[in-house]
Amino acid sequence: MIIDAQGVYYKKVNELIHQAVDGGAKYLELVNVKGQRYIGTGLPEGVELVIKGVPGNDLACFMNGARINVLGNAQDAVGNTMNQGKVVIHGVAGDIVGYAMRGGKLFVKGDVGYRAGIHMKAFHDRFPVVAIGGGAQDYLGEYMAGGVLVVFNLNDLTSPVGSFTGTGMHGGMIYVRGKVEDYQVGAEVGFAPLSLEEWSFVEKLYQEFTKDLGLKERPLKKQEFTKLYPKSARPYGNLYAY
Amino acid sequence: MLKRHKKLIPDFKDISGCGISGVMSEAGERFSGEFIIRSIANMHDRGNGLGGGIAAYGVYPQMRDHYAVHLMLDDIKSKKETESIISNWCTVFGDESIPTKPHPKIQTRPILHRYFVDIKPEVLNRFNTDDEDEAMVDMVMRINQNVTGGFVFSSGRNMGVFKGVGYPEDIGEFFRLDEYEGYSWTAHNRFPTNTTGWWGGAHPFSLLDWTVVHNGEISSYGINKRYLANFGYKCTLQTDTEVVAYLFDLLVRRHDLPLETACLAMAPPFWSQVDRMDKKRHKLISGLRMVYGGALLNGPFAVLVGFSGGMVGFNDRTKLRPMVAARKGDMLYIASEEGAIHEICDGPETVWHATAGVPVIGRLKDPKRILGEKGAARLEAMTKMMPVVDSQPSQGGLPASEGGLS
Repeated sequence: MIIDAQGVYYKKVNELIHQAVDGGAKYLELVNVKGQRYIGTGLPEGVELVIKGVPGNDLACFMNGARINVLGNAQDAVGNTMNQGKVVIHGVAGDIVGYAMRGGKLFVKGDVGYRAGIHMKAFHDRFPVVAIGGGAQDYLGEYMAGGVLVVFNLNDLTSPVGSFTGTGMHGGMIYVRGKVEDYQVGAEVGFAPLSLEEWSFVEKLYQEFTKDLGLKERPLKKQEFTKLYPKSARPYGNLYAY
Repeated sequence: MLKRHKKLIPDFKDISGCGISGVMSEAGERFSGEFIIRSIANMHDRGNGLGGGIAAYGVYPQMRDHYAVHLMLDDIKSKKETESIISNWCTVFGDESIPTKPHPKIQTRPILHRYFVDIKPEVLNRFNTDDEDEAMVDMVMRINQNVTGGFVFSSGRNMGVFKGVGYPEDIGEFFRLDEYEGYSWTAHNRFPTNTTGWWGGAHPFSLLDWTVVHNGEISSYGINKRYLANFGYKCTLQTDTEVVAYLFDLLVRRHDLPLETACLAMAPPFWSQVDRMDKKRHKLISGLRMVYGGALLNGPFAVLVGFSGGMVGFNDRTKLRPMVAARKGDMLYIASEEGAIHEICDGPETVWHATAGVPVIGRLKDPKRILGEKGAARLEAMTKMMPVVDSQPSQGGLPASEGGLS
């Protein structure tokens, strides 16, 4: 089923999607999307959505198992509080990618803006994963509480992340391919090489990433990656208790 | 100050939104206002109908060497009072009601009138200057501060601000902007957070040919306001954005800083970043921070500044508001959301998200052709001087160059 979003208000676009899904549609194609917000909100497992154009803010927010393929760039707050499912963006994304994400996977082929992975969190079997093909700007993984952020840096930038990476981080892991200087991370962040278990996770994720995005796989090396981990699960627990 | 049209909507405070959009032909080709209306309307939900406005450059080519003074007026009495000031200060070459059309969503409006003027030679003598701009700034400040029911909302040459209480697409239609042609346009969709939605409080804010549309909050407003007061700028609009327009006027027109350097003074790198710079840049940025401490803009913001020579988009230092830019041929697009660009541009050649504190700048390629000999000379006098400073500190992250993201 194809929905033409040209000039259609976001509420209507979302109504059409949910009506189709309620009516049993499993595959939907949205064309001429130009900034309509909240696309994919709450969509359940078993639904696949292909978006041609630029979906608006809060793409896939609260999404609950569906799969979204964006054949273009995305705006801000992709995967806001997403619960389950997968979003694959064949372009770049704006700020706060994976904002408070609680589960599922989010792949971005190119670069992401500021504050990617802000306050991601994990709980029991929910484990959010954000993979970035390019680089990230400042405040990557800010207040991160769980899940995994991977920066593959496939354009081989000298500095794939900005400043203040992991500021306030108290859970989860960030794996970055390329150089990260001490001054680029928050006070709560430690550096370490990847364990074998972690490396096998990253390798498998990379295979899935290249397959989903139709990229040619190239050999990545474990030693190219740096692990950024939270030094404490409760860095400011004693702040007001002297 | 406008009195009667000030309190249309009760005071309230709500979460922040606001949308901005700008489109410019660097070749100076003029195009209809309908494009900027479509672009800002794409981000309808970033505002709430309590303010919308558009700045248009190149719209008065027949009058390009005269100031176009746009006024909002409460009544005939305030109009007479304002007119007497204008005719004291200026030679008036023409005046008319600003054309509007009845619009179902614009229910109440002030009197809207425009004057095409030059500053009288005897006024310049009185000021002991040959700088008409200085006199014009003084006249605008005087009217806005002293005249009850009168308010100048635009005072540049060959440009105009059109704004009011409503959604920007409705305000654009109300002012019949599809019938104008300009080479550069900016627009604002307001979601007032700290002050009321009143006609004068809508963006763009303007002084001479500077216009500012702004998404965010200038938390340093108090400091900036007091700093500007030293130079004769009086903040009368009850809103933070006003200071950005005056700071550009002060730093670029009066202090001759290049645009990049002015942006660097307003959104400088953090001291921790300055500490890592080489000696030369360390000295320069420290100097700028010390001399222009009062011009530092704090808080979350994305602003679009228009002037006769082009358009500048820039963000606060930690990028707390969105800004995305695109190019196609000679066209430059800057907006809060990428969708607003695609709305009016089929297949942009490059799209990139702005880097915190690093301006995106569009410039007229041949100012003489567009602005005339005099206009080009004025622009040159304003933007020459100091060498341009490389504003990107080495701090890691993605390259700031255009097309850094595509």
